[in-house]
Amino acid sequence: MLKTMMRRASKVATVAAAGLLAMSVQAADPIRIGSFLSVTGPASFLGDPELKTLEMYVDKINEDGGVIGRPLELVHYDDAGNASNARNFASRLIRSDRVDIIVGGSTTGATMAAVPMVEQAKIPFISLAGAVVITTPVKKWVFKTPQSDRMAAERVLADMKSRGLTKIGLISGTGGFGSSGREQTLAVAKEMGIEILADETYSGSDTDMTAQLTSIRSNKDVQAILNFGFGQGPAIVTRNYAQLGIKRPFYQSHGVASDGFLELAGSSAEGLRLPASPLLVPDSLPDSDPQKAVVQAYKSDYEARWNAKVSTFGAYAYDGLMLAVAAIEKAGSTDKAAVRDALESIQGHVGVTGTFNMSPDDHNGLTADSFRILEVHNGGWKLVN
Amino acid sequence: MAQLANFRLKGLLLLAIVVFALPLFISNPFHYGLATQIALIAGAVVGLNLLVGFAGQISLGHAGFFGLGAYFSGIMTSNYGWSAVPALLVGAVGVGLIAWVVGRPILRLKGHYLSMATLAVGFIIAIILNNERALTGGPDGMPVPSFDVFGWELSPFNQYSLLGVEISGDLAWYLFAGVVLLVAVWLAQNLIDSPIGRALRSVHGSEVAASVVGVDTAKYKSLVFVISAIYASVMGALYGHFQGFITPSVASFDFSILLITMVVLGGMGSTIGVIIGAVVLELLPQVLADFQEMEMVLFGLILMLTMIFMPKGLLPTAAGFWAKRRAQTAGGKA
Repeated sequence: MLKTMMRRASKVATVAAAGLLAMSVQAADPIRIGSFLSVTGPASFLGDPELKTLEMYVDKINEDGGVIGRPLELVHYDDAGNASNARNFASRLIRSDRVDIIVGGSTTGATMAAVPMVEQAKIPFISLAGAVVITTPVKKWVFKTPQSDRMAAERVLADMKSRGLTKIGLISGTGGFGSSGREQTLAVAKEMGIEILADETYSGSDTDMTAQLTSIRSNKDVQAILNFGFGQGPAIVTRNYAQLGIKRPFYQSHGVASDGFLELAGSSAEGLRLPASPLLVPDSLPDSDPQKAVVQAYKSDYEARWNAKVSTFGAYAYDGLMLAVAAIEKAGSTDKAAVRDALESIQGHVGVTGTFNMSPDDHNGLTADSFRILEVHNGGWKLVN
Repeated sequence: MAQLANFRLKGLLLLAIVVFALPLFISNPFHYGLATQIALIAGAVVGLNLLVGFAGQISLGHAGFFGLGAYFSGIMTSNYGWSAVPALLVGAVGVGLIAWVVGRPILRLKGHYLSMATLAVGFIIAIILNNERALTGGPDGMPVPSFDVFGWELSPFNQYSLLGVEISGDLAWYLFAGVVLLVAVWLAQNLIDSPIGRALRSVHGSEVAASVVGVDTAKYKSLVFVISAIYASVMGALYGHFQGFITPSVASFDFSILLITMVVLGGMGSTIGVIIGAVVLELLPQVLADFQEMEMVLFGLILMLTMIFMPKGLLPTAAGFWAKRRAQTAGGKA
């Protein structure tokens, strides 16, 4: 009995050893891409499409022969939207899994919690979170793909100005997104010479905002109203806006630029404008737009693979992964310093969110123009020129 | 009595051996980081156990005190140029005062009402941390400078030499957190075996009987509430400095529940037991992270099975099993 087992064991060992040898000859070491995302928890609407996008494109790239002749390997953890988890997983990715580059960090909190670790370990990190603080001031090893809320404010206020609206009312949520957006809007408005005559807030769990809107409406000088918020709050603001019969132009932020918002707000959303990713209107983009092909391809690939609506958040992960791949190709290796330098020098990289022009002073690489202004028209999105 | 002191020392000695022997078995800086975090949270749990396990009072808002300590130290060191040690101490005194002020009226409540009131305190603290953007950075959190003692900085990213041996910053932080935990346990065990500790246990047993024999129950209850809040505040401050970045989730309801769960799972009233509870609940998510989607299911299953088959908590059940075995063998011999 023992003898048979021994014999079998040695057989297995021989086969395994032979297999290992063969493998080391055949396949090159994979390039390890680390990721920590908020796949569950309150920020799962960010992390879930991001993870799906990463998984799908890592598979796709591997089918096409990988990058610099090496396959990609995705190592990912779910931080559940908790910043200390994010820090732990970043530590695990860097020190235990020894990844070559990190693409992740769904929320600003998760990203910022990992930044000290990343900077110290000197590993390139592409964040998928929005706030300005991530790349301002510039951190040597940290990059990000989404536009900042400051750019959204710039884009909206520029559009207002072009319509001759210079006195506006602001209403914002008190969550992270809304309060940061409010701060940026106040700062940008000052620079652009736009007066903010009313400044109201609501909390994420409020179910009625007529009081705040009535207060803004009573100020006859307010020419337009902007709402900076996230989740269901902005949909309620939109419904209240219609119920109160306010006729002044209404703007929302990019935080609600999704088809889900249209469903929640229904017909009350008609006529409102917001800054958004071209991903919402891939087919209305002019053929001369270099992003058109990329946006259409991402949308159809994602929807075919997951049988779910594409989301702008997933696109941040797409851009992050493609930037990482482009940088590794440019560097010709996975040497961390070389990849970082390559990332910093990327110019004219066409992504879904926008065209990236990185520089030592700009680790985001996007401008406010990458936002398209959309108007809700007949229950769908219409591109405004 | 001598036996009691003996037992007390044994627990502490065992813990010291585990803490100082651990670096012989792990060398990955990620593991040190995890161990440091566990030691700091375990310290807060030891403090909470004084309130829950010995005085029999429930606090569902303990993360609030933990978060207050972390934020006070973070804000003072980063915005006002304080050194970490005075920030930690002043924060602890401040949190103690807050606990005393809210504890006096709250601890008159019993059962569910008491839990509700502590829950509310925790929520109020979390809401303040979320909304005072100018000070706390709001929901996006704030960076915290590294811990420093008289200009000497303790950062997980530096190199140190200890008694001529080069050690990494991660190991240095781990040893520091280990010593802090040992001191926390030593203080707690001394408190438990003092007249105060006996008074607390009498409150746990029967508040009416305790007051009849002359124990000032209100005084002792608020005293232990303040002590456990100070424990949480100190550990929170150290946790913040270690992490380097904090968000309001350190003061969240979820974290309060996690702390209470550590006490219950490890074994209420057993100082070493609750540390085991902290270790298990902090390690499990890391171990289960490899199972991806199954993580939460397995986590829930393990907790449920433990509660069904070991309702007294891990350590007391194991100790009871052991004592039974010993009694059986002793009986067999006789």
